[in-house]
Amino acid sequence: MPTSQTDPGYDIAVVGAGPAGLAAATSAANSGARVALIDSGARVGGQYWRHRRGDDIRHQHRWKEFRRLRGNLDHRRALIDYLPEHFVWHVERTGSGFSTHATCGDAERVVDSRAVVVATGAYDRQLPFPGWTLPGVFTAGAVQGLLKGQGVLAGRRVGVAGTGPFLLAVAAGLAEAGATVVGVFEAGLPTGFARHPLAVLANPGKVAEGAGYLRILARHRVPCHPRTGVIAAHASPSGDSVHGVTVARLDRDWRPVPGTDRRIDCDTVAVGYGFVPQIEIPLQLGCDTRLDVDDSLVAVVDDRQRSTVPGVFIAGEACGVGGAVLSVLEGELAGLHAAHLTGAGVPDPARVRRLARRRAAQRSFATAMHQAFPVAAGWSSWLDDDTVICRCEEVPASAVTRAVDQLGATDPRAVKLFARPGMGLCQGRMCGFATAGLVADRLGRTVTAEDLRGMSSRPIAQPITLGTLAAGPRGGRVS
Amino acid sequence: MNDTAFQFHFDDQQISAEPGQTVAAALIAGGHLWWRRTRVHDRPRGLFCGIGVCFDCLVTINDRPNRRACLVEAQPGDQVSTQLGAGRAHLAN
Repeated sequence: MPTSQTDPGYDIAVVGAGPAGLAAATSAANSGARVALIDSGARVGGQYWRHRRGDDIRHQHRWKEFRRLRGNLDHRRALIDYLPEHFVWHVERTGSGFSTHATCGDAERVVDSRAVVVATGAYDRQLPFPGWTLPGVFTAGAVQGLLKGQGVLAGRRVGVAGTGPFLLAVAAGLAEAGATVVGVFEAGLPTGFARHPLAVLANPGKVAEGAGYLRILARHRVPCHPRTGVIAAHASPSGDSVHGVTVARLDRDWRPVPGTDRRIDCDTVAVGYGFVPQIEIPLQLGCDTRLDVDDSLVAVVDDRQRSTVPGVFIAGEACGVGGAVLSVLEGELAGLHAAHLTGAGVPDPARVRRLARRRAAQRSFATAMHQAFPVAAGWSSWLDDDTVICRCEEVPASAVTRAVDQLGATDPRAVKLFARPGMGLCQGRMCGFATAGLVADRLGRTVTAEDLRGMSSRPIAQPITLGTLAAGPRGGRVS
Repeated sequence: MNDTAFQFHFDDQQISAEPGQTVAAALIAGGHLWWRRTRVHDRPRGLFCGIGVCFDCLVTINDRPNRRACLVEAQPGDQVSTQLGAGRAHLAN
């Protein structure tokens, strides 16, 4: 039975139970707010603290912080209803707040609340290359998740490729777990962050973390190659798995330097070029979005983590990729301010100032990292005509470029209509950034926020069966 | 963690899984990298993003097609089958 719209069941619906969502839910409940914490996973922690039952801390980071947040959650269970395995597919404004629609198994559930905190995180950003659809090519996050969450090594001989410090964490985890890491192929120049000494000095913890990964890689004799890319993956004779990769030195624009190609044998590739924030819900609600320093489309927030839509707060990667520490700070602030909006007292100014100061330091570090590890447009030179861009609809690069060159498309949305990239089940999550980049490159311009908006709007964010829709919602508080 | 390992079926093979392990993780641990063939070009696909975002790992579990193998936890006795195309072959039966 749905609750009536004049009497929302909760003060706050928090979507996502990763670092930002856990912090938001617990700080809001500590202020006295009634909270629904809605998450697609079977356990709290999100992707960052992905784990199986129990406390297996191998390959985990900042587990103490996780235990603190989980402890707070347990302590506040009278005020927080935790809804695991709920996939939110739509959030809409109602007369008195918001209705969050989720599916759980075959059932639909509607959660009514006066405010919403969006803490939906991010996933690995991908750039296509010949062979990237072969089994054995994984996102870096998938390989990390298999190890942390499942206790499974993705392969025996692994190449780690892409850009950004996350590659070091993934490679170090693999090496420690017994895989042979044939190399870390970093397309950027990792020394670039030395150009931001203030941001670096303000974050000794993160620098030490990076140095720790480098020590592990050195101990396992893992070669790290800067300005080098995996520009192709090659199939085994059966055609059903990866047999090796071609790596090449890249110039500043990420075009392969002629004559530097070499073949490396491996059975697995872990690849990631930064992260894509999940901003379906802010877009559904009409929140303003902007292009961030890392060329991600993110939700606009103010110093209280408020979006441009009253009652909608954003915390974590959805308002700018910055990692777990920043996400927890943003989540805590979002929870405090959302609780205040829905009736709790004014948050302690000293606490808010302290959190805001730490948030600023983390944000400046994230900005320095983004500026040190930019994605350069020359990646499109890795593509063959028949390289798949959209994995779902199996759209080749030639169809995308033809839509621009011959059919007159001037933005990725038009290309999507002509050639179907982004029209499959993932709704452009995997190919949106690459399609926008390829189209912009073809047109001799850079990617705009509008380009990415055209590939990111998803009125129905999760697949839902007609049967589930027809059966109608279950609503109200859950005990 | 593996003292209560169990089995499920993948096509005509037996796969071992641990409690809480996803179908995809158990298949990969068992040496299987793909369990779907694509609709357009009949290409093999398995796990890619690992977190339910990319829909590459779709598979048929207990006659239900289009399940995300990276999200569904394996259960003892599950019948997991390679999914062909859009996974609607069962409609023809």
